[in-house]
Amino acid sequence: MVTVLAQLPVQTPDVNWTGLLPVLLPAAGALVLLIARSLVPSRLMPAVLDAVWTFAVAVAGLVSVAVLWQRDADVSAFGRELVMDRLALFVTAVILGAVALAAPTLPRYCKRVGVASAELCVLILLAAAGAVVMAGAADLIVLFLGLETMSIAAYVMAALNLRRLESLEAGLKYFVLGAFSTAFLLFGIALVYGATGTTNLDGIGDYLDTYIVLRDGMLLAGLAMLLVGLGFKVAAAPFHTWAPDVYVGAPTPVTALMASAVKAAGFAALIRVFVEALGVRADDWRPAVFALACATLAVGSVLAAVQSDAKRILAYSSVSHAGFILLGVQAASDSGVASVMFYLAAYAVIAVGSFTVVGVLSGQDDDRTGLDTLAGLGARRPALALGLTILLLAQAGVPFTSGFVAKFSVIAAAVEARSYWLAVVAMVSAVVAAFAYLRVVVAMYFRDSGDEAETVAEASKPAIGLGAGAVIVAAVLLTVAMGIVPGVLESLASTAAGL
Amino acid sequence: MGSFASTSFPAALTVLVLVPVAGALVLLAMPRTRPDLFKPVALVASTVSAVLAVWVLAEFDAGSAAIFQYWQQYEWISGWGISWQVGVDGLSLFLVVMTALIFPLAIVGVDAEHSPKAYYAWMLVLEAGCLGTFVALDLIMFFVFFEIVLVPMYFLIGGWGHGRRAYAATKFFLFTMFGSALMLVAIVALAFLHSSGNGGDVTFDLVTIANNQLLATNTARWLFLAFALAFAVKVPLFPVHTWLPDAHTNAPTAGSVILAAVMLKLGTYGLVRFGLYLFPEASVYFAPLMITLGVIGIIYGAIAAAMQRDLKRLVAYSSVAHLGFIVIGTFALNTEGLTGGVLQMVNHGVSTGALFLLVGMIYERRHTREISELGGLQKPAPLLAAVFMVVMLSSVGLPGLNGFVGELLVLLGAFNAHRWWAVVAAAGVILAAVYLLWAYQRVFHGPASGANAEMPDLRWREGLVMAPFIAAIVFMGVYPKPVIERVEPAVDAIIAHVEDNVAGFAEPVADVHPSVSLEDLSRSTDETDHNGGSEHDGGGG
Repeated sequence: MVTVLAQLPVQTPDVNWTGLLPVLLPAAGALVLLIARSLVPSRLMPAVLDAVWTFAVAVAGLVSVAVLWQRDADVSAFGRELVMDRLALFVTAVILGAVALAAPTLPRYCKRVGVASAELCVLILLAAAGAVVMAGAADLIVLFLGLETMSIAAYVMAALNLRRLESLEAGLKYFVLGAFSTAFLLFGIALVYGATGTTNLDGIGDYLDTYIVLRDGMLLAGLAMLLVGLGFKVAAAPFHTWAPDVYVGAPTPVTALMASAVKAAGFAALIRVFVEALGVRADDWRPAVFALACATLAVGSVLAAVQSDAKRILAYSSVSHAGFILLGVQAASDSGVASVMFYLAAYAVIAVGSFTVVGVLSGQDDDRTGLDTLAGLGARRPALALGLTILLLAQAGVPFTSGFVAKFSVIAAAVEARSYWLAVVAMVSAVVAAFAYLRVVVAMYFRDSGDEAETVAEASKPAIGLGAGAVIVAAVLLTVAMGIVPGVLESLASTAAGL
Repeated sequence: MGSFASTSFPAALTVLVLVPVAGALVLLAMPRTRPDLFKPVALVASTVSAVLAVWVLAEFDAGSAAIFQYWQQYEWISGWGISWQVGVDGLSLFLVVMTALIFPLAIVGVDAEHSPKAYYAWMLVLEAGCLGTFVALDLIMFFVFFEIVLVPMYFLIGGWGHGRRAYAATKFFLFTMFGSALMLVAIVALAFLHSSGNGGDVTFDLVTIANNQLLATNTARWLFLAFALAFAVKVPLFPVHTWLPDAHTNAPTAGSVILAAVMLKLGTYGLVRFGLYLFPEASVYFAPLMITLGVIGIIYGAIAAAMQRDLKRLVAYSSVAHLGFIVIGTFALNTEGLTGGVLQMVNHGVSTGALFLLVGMIYERRHTREISELGGLQKPAPLLAAVFMVVMLSSVGLPGLNGFVGELLVLLGAFNAHRWWAVVAAAGVILAAVYLLWAYQRVFHGPASGANAEMPDLRWREGLVMAPFIAAIVFMGVYPKPVIERVEPAVDAIIAHVEDNVAGFAEPVADVHPSVSLEDLSRSTDETDHNGGSEHDGGGG
């Protein structure tokens, strides 16, 4: 028996190490950091090194992405289980870019709030590795692996502020609901496998191209479950209910990453599964995504408008942005994919920037995020207030910011796909969401400082810190630059979408 | 329209738009320790734009006013067919000149009450936005400028306003943004349908799209409605005007001036350039609706103005009435009406801008705008009263002043197109005389008591600011020919464009007794003024 087995050639897929670099770098970076922290005494290794290392690893990952981008051919690893094509590389760049952008804020934040920075940095890198796997997944199983790696790291990160009850609540809530939605995803994968006989995304596409599935109940059920599972990850209504609580409860830099990197990975998966693999069945899923987008836009913007907490406003606005991005998915076209790419990149920068401002202001326990704490910020910290204002206006879609171009691109994709009413719903909800952002601006600039606001103003002239300051400046400059000269990013996004 | 002329300084318009932006950036970079320099910098930047605009006016070829001059195009976002494309023709020329001239006057005339750096920076951004909207010939470029003006105005109202400023600013922002939200969808839809109609690349080029009328009738009508909603909010037309009184009343003086003089014109200008020109058939189809709304606005605005106790709110409601005239002139769809409409855009900008400046001066001295608390101001401030008188009469439409020319042409055009509506609208002229003269009487006549008796007169700087307004009012009233001969070719081209593209449409012109209608209307205007004059005399005695 043993000899028989020994004579069989063992078929291992070829491993393309270069192609794997964007995954390997953050994963290995996380392990190195973990080991170093456990072995090296902390007096020899100041806490700031954690964030520096995270930043360096993310930048190295970005360099590897740039190198791979230059190659014309799609780079695949493990057979065709993981494909680092232009789409994957673009999303990877967004993910690692968000990590690199958020990292400089960590040292001061962790020190102030009392979050263990080594654990946080390790988890961030692990989550990033999982997110990159999701972006490059060419197989539903690989997609699932990446999603779980990312999610489990994210669950822990959400609960990392041990002194704050809301943080623990966020972790628990995220975990329970996340696990529940993962079950949907897994069941969906099983059903699609049952209907098509493969979990490989190309294989599913080929199968559906070649054969007409006559009894497609199983396929449609699987498709619906996949949509639920992924809809949960991108916080699309009605699967968004976890998002506000988790966003508010989680440590603010983690929230920034959930709004940017985690969301980007989720949308990459949506595009891979629905637009690419199940593109043939677009007529089946487009109405569902249409409804999902409408609900997400309405829920996100309306509920954002009635909040009285800045972080919660940003959390709900993140839901409404997911609705906008769904417009691009719903278009089910190359230009739709390109618009999703553009939006993800623009929003990642805006989200990290906005949440960083909130994090700077959030005080000792990371819970001072009410609109009152912003009162009079325009007078106390004019530069910070201006930065947040620009980022909020970008979220509202004001011209000459990346937010406008992003909204324009998804609207254009929706109109091109003849989804006029969806475009109209999106624009109207943008107005409602604008009200939410204006409330923040009003609080910062126009609120006549009463006695209460006066004492708050006296108490806190928050120290911004070099790292967070650099992040905010970078985010604002990028946002404005992408708004005035969007051509560069637009052509990259188009290339990523295969246009 | 449709072909382009080149000039010796083709980048004039681009520079015109960018100079205020540069000024705002310089202001941002300036140290906080030199607050005395902020105003001069702002003034220099806006004056450079003003000089350029006047140069453009001087070099403008009146003979070919129907085509875009100083035309320039750069690629902006080539992947989506969006370009930076600017040009002026007879329609936009005077709006550009007026905008560029009013900003320096508003900057000189009104000091920032606090935080001068931010105040002047926002003013300059606002100027760039307004100028950009008037010169843009690319639909997306137009949209981004149309939309960006909200931001500086929002901050001016919210940061430097009075009363319920945060409420007014937010309401202003959301109303206008809601209007333009659907316009963006319509713009994109228009471009895609146009490109799929002719099989070419997607383009947002206004002239190309307007000259290839490829849309199905129904589609065009829907798109027109989306555009019209955006402009109707901006104009503002009844019933989406409710943001205007709040915004005007609570805005700082300069904000009100710009809002009335320039920003409302973005709406009326849009109706002509992006309504009539892009959607001729839909414009004809919806003309009765638009005229009805305009007439309602005239009567409603006049009645509401007459009822106001706040002087600034009164002027704000008078804007609703005046803008109604512009809309009925536009949708009369004949040369007289549209020429009158374009003239009235400029006239209203000059006279209402001046009115708001004067109200601001009174407020600055008396710290109240309640008409009942003012009175007899003529005695302590005769010069102010005189200037107010001239400006107010121009707003009423007294012959010999600028308002008369525009209103007469509007009514003439409307009379030929929709006779009975014109009759009703003419009643609005009388009402304007009623509320403005009544307000003048209550504020300036009668015995002056208390603080009113000690109110200082115009300072030399204020006089200097008002002088150009008075000059424009008188010049355009006495000798409007240079203006009309530059506006009219462009108007003719638009009307011809409508006629070419709408089957069975002929320009509504006077049919039976043209001279009778002209006489009637001018007589009715004369009577109004006569009545108004006697009332004024009575009050003064």
